[in-house]
Amino acid sequence: MTNKEKRHQFFERNRKSGGYLLRKKIGEIIFRICRAVLVLGLCFLILQPLLQKISLAFMTEKDLYDSTVINIPRHFSISAIKTAWMYMYGNKSMWTSLYIGVLVGIAQVASCTLAGYGFARYKFPFKNVWFACVILLIVVPPQTLVTPMFLDFSEFDFLGIIKAMNHGKGINLLGSFWAYLAVCLGCGGYKSGLYIYLMRQHFRNEPKELEEAAYVDGCNRFRTFRSILLPGARPMMVSCFLFSFVWWWTDGVYSRVFFARGHEWYTIANSLPTLVDHMSHELQAVYGNGYLVPVGYSQQILSTATLISLVPLIIIYVVAQKSFVESLSQSGIKG
Amino acid sequence: MAKTVKHKNLAKGNAIAGYLFIAPFIIGFVLFLVVPLFESFYMSLCKVTSTNGAGFAYKFIGMKNYHDVFFKDAEYVPNLLTELKNMALFVPAILVFSFFMAILLNQDFKGRTFVRAVYFLPVVLSSGIMLGLETNNSLLSGMADIIKKDNSATSITKTLENILLTGEKANTFFEYIIKLVDQVYDVAIASGIQIIIFLSGLQTISPSMYEAAKIEGCTAWESFWKITFPMISSMILVNVVYTIVDFCTKSNSDLMTLITNTLFVKFDYGLTAAMSWVYFVIIMGILGIISFIITRWVYYYD
Repeated sequence: MTNKEKRHQFFERNRKSGGYLLRKKIGEIIFRICRAVLVLGLCFLILQPLLQKISLAFMTEKDLYDSTVINIPRHFSISAIKTAWMYMYGNKSMWTSLYIGVLVGIAQVASCTLAGYGFARYKFPFKNVWFACVILLIVVPPQTLVTPMFLDFSEFDFLGIIKAMNHGKGINLLGSFWAYLAVCLGCGGYKSGLYIYLMRQHFRNEPKELEEAAYVDGCNRFRTFRSILLPGARPMMVSCFLFSFVWWWTDGVYSRVFFARGHEWYTIANSLPTLVDHMSHELQAVYGNGYLVPVGYSQQILSTATLISLVPLIIIYVVAQKSFVESLSQSGIKG
Repeated sequence: MAKTVKHKNLAKGNAIAGYLFIAPFIIGFVLFLVVPLFESFYMSLCKVTSTNGAGFAYKFIGMKNYHDVFFKDAEYVPNLLTELKNMALFVPAILVFSFFMAILLNQDFKGRTFVRAVYFLPVVLSSGIMLGLETNNSLLSGMADIIKKDNSATSITKTLENILLTGEKANTFFEYIIKLVDQVYDVAIASGIQIIIFLSGLQTISPSMYEAAKIEGCTAWESFWKITFPMISSMILVNVVYTIVDFCTKSNSDLMTLITNTLFVKFDYGLTAAMSWVYFVIIMGILGIISFIITRWVYYYD
């Protein structure tokens, strides 16, 4: 009844407005439909490779060559996942990447938080010059720095101290975790400039009165930072850490340089690009030298391995989606 | 008198504290950026050979590496040119796309959070090595080819493309558009962060401005160009810089592969350093020019 009345009223008003209201309503509905199609289409576009990988992961080799099977596997199996895990040395590479990602991420966030606070609150000579350096840090591609770093770390030396203690020789940090840690404690590594910028933006938006009150009550500068500002900065630090973790997890530049020699440390970035080679190598050992791994099969294994290594990232993203997106939207507020 | 002394002390203390807080950054910056940068510049002027053991021997050869980069290496210059051409193609496309998406996502509709999460997903998933693996996966591209072949008779886009490109009106503009449509996936996955930055910019514009404009008789089109665009212009600057940097540093371009291969396959350290330096200088130049131009018409509302 009420619906009918509403409709009646609507057409009544429409008649009075000379058809304007109806036109407007139709226009709105068409706009909504177009928007929905566009938005959902693009969502599908982005998700499609992921869905494709998931469906590939559960196919048997037979399904790959069956042209009637497109998305839903006919013979459901998890053998591809098992094989992929084996050839990517999952037990080793996943743990190494996890270990490096977490520890290095913490180190990076810690140093960037300190620097961000310094830039946000203190006045000191040449501050603008140093901040320009932060921007430079964002802009310089890591590939430019990698070669000299490789040489530097093969004979690492800090202000001549290590050389003096170690009979004129630096220590070799390549192939060890310390190279990563050294870079990250010095605000180096992936996108550190971005984290400094984010932290600075966060601290700048905190009210100054908090710190002033702490100073009046007799806190020194470091104590103020630790017990007044740090607790409030936790959400931002978590988002920075998540970004850092994600980018270290997929990092292909540094791990190739630092772990170029030896297999003691083996990250995902080391294992995935060489996976197909490993696989054909091992299968040749079994079936004899002439054996060629079918391209379709090896690609299926590779895509499954990629999916496996993406799983932790997907989980993190689903759980902490908000802190990823919101940290960035806060940062933009003051350019 | 005593007051000014105390004031000075405070300022001095603050300066010291400030430097202490950014000390890790300064040390790291010098140790892992300035020093490697200069070393790589020095290396680009040398012939670097690996001696037995872990050492390296440098022999100064002047500009020969740079000469080699431009006149001897068959791949570098063409790769560089394609890279720059792609940049000119993609950066505007990414900006327009992300701006457009941000405006869409700024409206109210059901499932907005979900859509926003999906658009941001590539930032998390398609980074680093994953990007290279994705484009290299020949099985998927093989499948795509098969699908294309099957549909070739009925594909609307293909027919449209043929009409547009062979007709009298065939021009570079259509080619540009078609190339972009072909690669809309690449554009979409490269614009996650830009969408978020634009979105946050859009949300800071106060609705009362639009209201006032509407009362004065502005159409939506006019208020877009007169309100939204100027208010968001500082975000455009940020995004232009970010997009260019992001585009240049992604590791799956041919140029980056060439540079990495020169390092890890040929072990020609000097040449690698020269290659990176040429690229780096060009990018910095482009960034400088573009941000200089954009800063001139960025509008700050304060």
